[in-house]
Amino acid sequence: MGHNGAMPDDAPVDVPIDVSADTAGDAPDQCPARPLVQLLGGTVRFGADTVLDGVDFRLFPGEVHSLMGENGAGKSTLIKALTGALQLSGGTILLDGEPVHFRSTHDAQQAGIRAVYQEIDLLPNLSVAENIMLGAEPRRCGLVDWARMRRRAGEVLDDLGLDIDPATTLSHHSIAVQQLVAIARALSTDARVLVLDEPTSSLDAAECAELFRVIAGLKERGVAIIFISHFLDQIYEVCDRVTVLRDGSLVGEYLTREFLRVDLVQAMLGHNAEALRSRSRLQVVEDDVVRRPFLSVRGLSSRRRITDADVDLIEGDVLGVAGLLGSGRTELARAMTGVDRPDAGIIRIHGATGGPGGPREAISLGVVYSSENRRTEGIIGELSVGDNITLALQAQQGILRRIGGTRQRELAQSWVEALDIRPPDLDRPAGNLSGGNQQKVLLARLLALAPRVLVLDEPTRGIDVGAKVEIQNLVGDLADNGLSVMFISAELEEVLRVGNRVAILHDGRIVDTVPAEELTPDSLLALVAQGSSMGSAPVEEAR
Amino acid sequence: MSRLIKHHLFWPGFALVALVVLNTVVRPRFIEISVQHGALYGAPIDILRNSAPMMLVALGMTLVIATRGIDLSVGAVMAVSGAVALTIIDGSDSPGSVGTVLVAIAVGVGVSLILGVWNGFLVSVLKIQPIIATLVLMMAGRGVALLVTGGFITTVTSDPLKYVASGHLLGLPFALFIWVAAVVVVSLVERRTALGVLTEAVGINPEASRLAGVRATGIILGTYVLSGGLAGMAGIIYSSNIMAADANAAGELIELYAILAVVLGGTSLAGGKFSIAGTVIGVLIIQTLQSTILFLGVSSAQSPVFFAAVVVVVVLIQAPAVHRAARQFLQRRSTHVPDITRGTEVAR
Amino acid sequence: MSTTATTPDAGRKPVVPARISEFGRTFVARHASVMPMLAALAILVLILIGAQIHFGDFVNPRTLSALLLDNAYLLILAVGMTFVIVTGGIDLSVGSVMAFTGIGAAQMLSHGVSSAIVIPAMILGGAFIGLMIGVLVQYFDVQPFIASLAGLFLARGLAYVVSLKSIRVENEHVLWLQSTRWWFGDWYLTPTGVIALLTVVVGALVMKYTRFGRTVYAVGGGEQSARLMGLAVARTKVLVYVISGVCGGLAGLVLTAYSGAGYPRNGIGTELDVIAAVVIGGTLLTGGAGYVVGSLIGVLVYGTIHTVISYMGAEQSWMRIIIGLMLLMFIVVQRVIVVRAERRR
Repeated sequence: MGHNGAMPDDAPVDVPIDVSADTAGDAPDQCPARPLVQLLGGTVRFGADTVLDGVDFRLFPGEVHSLMGENGAGKSTLIKALTGALQLSGGTILLDGEPVHFRSTHDAQQAGIRAVYQEIDLLPNLSVAENIMLGAEPRRCGLVDWARMRRRAGEVLDDLGLDIDPATTLSHHSIAVQQLVAIARALSTDARVLVLDEPTSSLDAAECAELFRVIAGLKERGVAIIFISHFLDQIYEVCDRVTVLRDGSLVGEYLTREFLRVDLVQAMLGHNAEALRSRSRLQVVEDDVVRRPFLSVRGLSSRRRITDADVDLIEGDVLGVAGLLGSGRTELARAMTGVDRPDAGIIRIHGATGGPGGPREAISLGVVYSSENRRTEGIIGELSVGDNITLALQAQQGILRRIGGTRQRELAQSWVEALDIRPPDLDRPAGNLSGGNQQKVLLARLLALAPRVLVLDEPTRGIDVGAKVEIQNLVGDLADNGLSVMFISAELEEVLRVGNRVAILHDGRIVDTVPAEELTPDSLLALVAQGSSMGSAPVEEAR
Repeated sequence: MSRLIKHHLFWPGFALVALVVLNTVVRPRFIEISVQHGALYGAPIDILRNSAPMMLVALGMTLVIATRGIDLSVGAVMAVSGAVALTIIDGSDSPGSVGTVLVAIAVGVGVSLILGVWNGFLVSVLKIQPIIATLVLMMAGRGVALLVTGGFITTVTSDPLKYVASGHLLGLPFALFIWVAAVVVVSLVERRTALGVLTEAVGINPEASRLAGVRATGIILGTYVLSGGLAGMAGIIYSSNIMAADANAAGELIELYAILAVVLGGTSLAGGKFSIAGTVIGVLIIQTLQSTILFLGVSSAQSPVFFAAVVVVVVLIQAPAVHRAARQFLQRRSTHVPDITRGTEVAR
Repeated sequence: MSTTATTPDAGRKPVVPARISEFGRTFVARHASVMPMLAALAILVLILIGAQIHFGDFVNPRTLSALLLDNAYLLILAVGMTFVIVTGGIDLSVGSVMAFTGIGAAQMLSHGVSSAIVIPAMILGGAFIGLMIGVLVQYFDVQPFIASLAGLFLARGLAYVVSLKSIRVENEHVLWLQSTRWWFGDWYLTPTGVIALLTVVVGALVMKYTRFGRTVYAVGGGEQSARLMGLAVARTKVLVYVISGVCGGLAGLVLTAYSGAGYPRNGIGTELDVIAAVVIGGTLLTGGAGYVVGSLIGVLVYGTIHTVISYMGAEQSWMRIIIGLMLLMFIVVQRVIVVRAERRR
């Protein structure tokens, strides 16, 4: 794993590095040991929310540095601060040791910091050459010089070792190639820092290899790369160092070759093994009666994010789904419940083969899905709490059979009381409620349908502890009443607490499905981190 | 008091009342209502009667807009409906019989409903953008109407037809009953069935509604069918007014007036919650404005200039940029320094 | 660093030995957005051939020259509309702007104002209304069709304010634009035709060779991305409506010269004809693709159908229906292509 930048630290570290220390003396070769970009005490506040709190970050020339963290960790805020899209509320950015102030992305770009985001910010209707050069296109007498533009674009592409015809229209190419063109654009202006945000999420293995080849070439040129991805295997393949954020704070900066995956995941999730063991398990499966699966899935593949998944949802049983962000959890849930059409696989509901053709059909079969994006895909903000609760039931009954005024209020009121939705005001627009109460309204809507299968995608994300426990207990009660529940969560202790069985996802595949009592917090962590089969102690080769 | 102001009908209602008061001050005869031959006459009565076509069209437009759509073809549908109906009357042996007129109206409105299905199909099934989809009928519809009338302005003499726009019932214009009946029926259907709530849900958040099992296709199709049917009836009233089918002039520019009325009434162009009562007030505001402008000596052909200004004012009031500027202005007035935070996205 | 890497998209297509297919594939990859325009050209040729067979003497210099003469105003409007539609917008005011500037000019000319002042005034008037629309769209987030409908209202009302009746034009300069014929054998050109063709040429060159033109395409392809690339998106979005307004003024001049009078009821519904011509010529209504030359072809298709209908003695109301149906066909095809592309991703 050759790299150009100096690695001043030879020992594995798991505390924030003291960046004020003189590190030049540790450099093994004559390459500059000073970081190219540095963030000191970076803090970003939105009103009362502190989304980034005193974070230090270093980037050396010629290294590939990964930025890791779960939802809400502050990754994108950090990137936005470095690329000038956001202003810091506190702290400084140093470029080549000198403090700089980026008032806009334009300033950052002038300084050589460019970003390529997941949603490719290119123009599919224009040619590759234009996408690379537009904004700085060669002109003659004020008119666009097409010949020179194509030539220059070709040069940039050649520098990266890419065989792409600059005159072709961008939309003609695959996403993988478009991504490479985006990188080419970023580099066409002598970028020194390149931020790659989830560059591989739409690429297959061959395309990834091509991208990594390009990255290796950039490293040799001394370009510093910030690589953001949820694919642990790729991080370990291509990155030199990793910085972990959690809840807006810096957890630490580590060398990948010395940092075990298990430790990485633990740093990201921050689970406390002690706290975990002290919590009692909710579900106790008492009898040995073999229960039939109500919903059963074989070989499910969807949107390149989940491949070949087998899942059984059994009556009276809670299946916890554990996996990192991006491991395919949501895609699995959506494909199972008819929200997305799967690419492959067989879905059996109550014995009958054939996946639901859409959410409406799924609901009529008794299968309901609660989206992780409760604001954009769940709650209808401007409608009242009462209308939100009875919405799905009303949709099932049809337009003509309206749930009359009194009956609707009674129904909604009963759910408000059952789930302790606060404030208990049926006419309040649902968008005004707190996150936890919105989730409860969403749950009420689904439960009002008297479903047989309940698929919950991150139902407790962003909710306070009290409401979290309420929802967890509710799930337990529902299973006791015969429902099948699939409970997806990024918090491992929650999964262990709530689930009878646990399905572990890693990079788009289900590694294993095991009864919860056979798991320890460490073993679950290992499975999530490595994706290998369970052993008593996680074995990982140091690279 | 503040609850009254916050009510969504307050500002439209206030505007209408202010307009009426202004008119009365300038020409006291404005609110004069006289009784002749057992029927009421006067400027307010004229407004209530003349607003019938626009009221029907705006009613349909309200629901279309609630689903985040738009129907630009309503004027053309009016022309087609009038052309079809009058051609039937003209070609029949007994143009003066009630039966003929009823058949003619039924066919006219029936054709309009079919045209509404056409629009609805393009939007809800083929998922074509509503502006583009209804543009086709906006163009082709007038051609069809011209074909039906053979390129001429078909005139007829028929008392039952004349009654529609000019007749009186219980002293009030018959046309008033038509639009009031339409408003009442549509309101009842929207609020007594689940259609209203589901329509709003689809307009506010189509994806969340889909996940909740709401079937948007039928709802969206239905709004365009209704819009077509109402435009068809509006076309009948228009033709009855001039006792002719003028394929070119029928419903000219009515699309924008209808949209303006909907917006004035408080329904947002972005879709979602809608207010039929608001639209009614909006149409009355426009009609009163028309009456005012005419009184001021402006020819009706020139009145669009005023309405262009009204449109601009209304959209400016709703523009987010204006809201931002107003908020900044108000903040600067107060003593504390506003918190300048760049970016409003929550960090991931 | 030389490349031995596999071609990124080599895996997408099977290896084809023949050089012609290679050329074909490269052509498609480079110029896919030209295809709709070629389709329009094919349709034009088909119609001309069909008319020639049916009428026997359709394709002759006289008819074809008249094609340009009769549709010069439409061509000018189509050039302006192309700019607007490529950015993803729409301008419903052009017919009314044309009428307003036309009657305004006629009024001024009838009061003895020199044509050297009147003609620029017309163009400025159109530009001003376009500016108003552009500002509403860009800075106040008003949807283009509403903003341009307001423009339509304003222009149409103002036309009637200028005069409720038509006004004859007797100014020799203006009439010269129409009455002069320059003959090339059996073909002829009028100054109005030259103006129209010049507008097409200038429009096409601007679209292809200026940064402004490329920004127009960029805005249509992805406004946010274009902004991130540092392109002057705001200015461009306003300017396209100004251009459309200028074309409206120019078309008003040409139409007034053509009919020898200003008439406030001119151009009612013309914007629909213009949009249809532009769409038939291969411009996508969703924005981002289209050529000025394509709009020229679209106008020629429109004009040819018009001539065919009058040759057949049929009513002109068929015109509306046929063009409406053609518009529908193109819209549905565009939609199908988009759906297919999305499903492939």
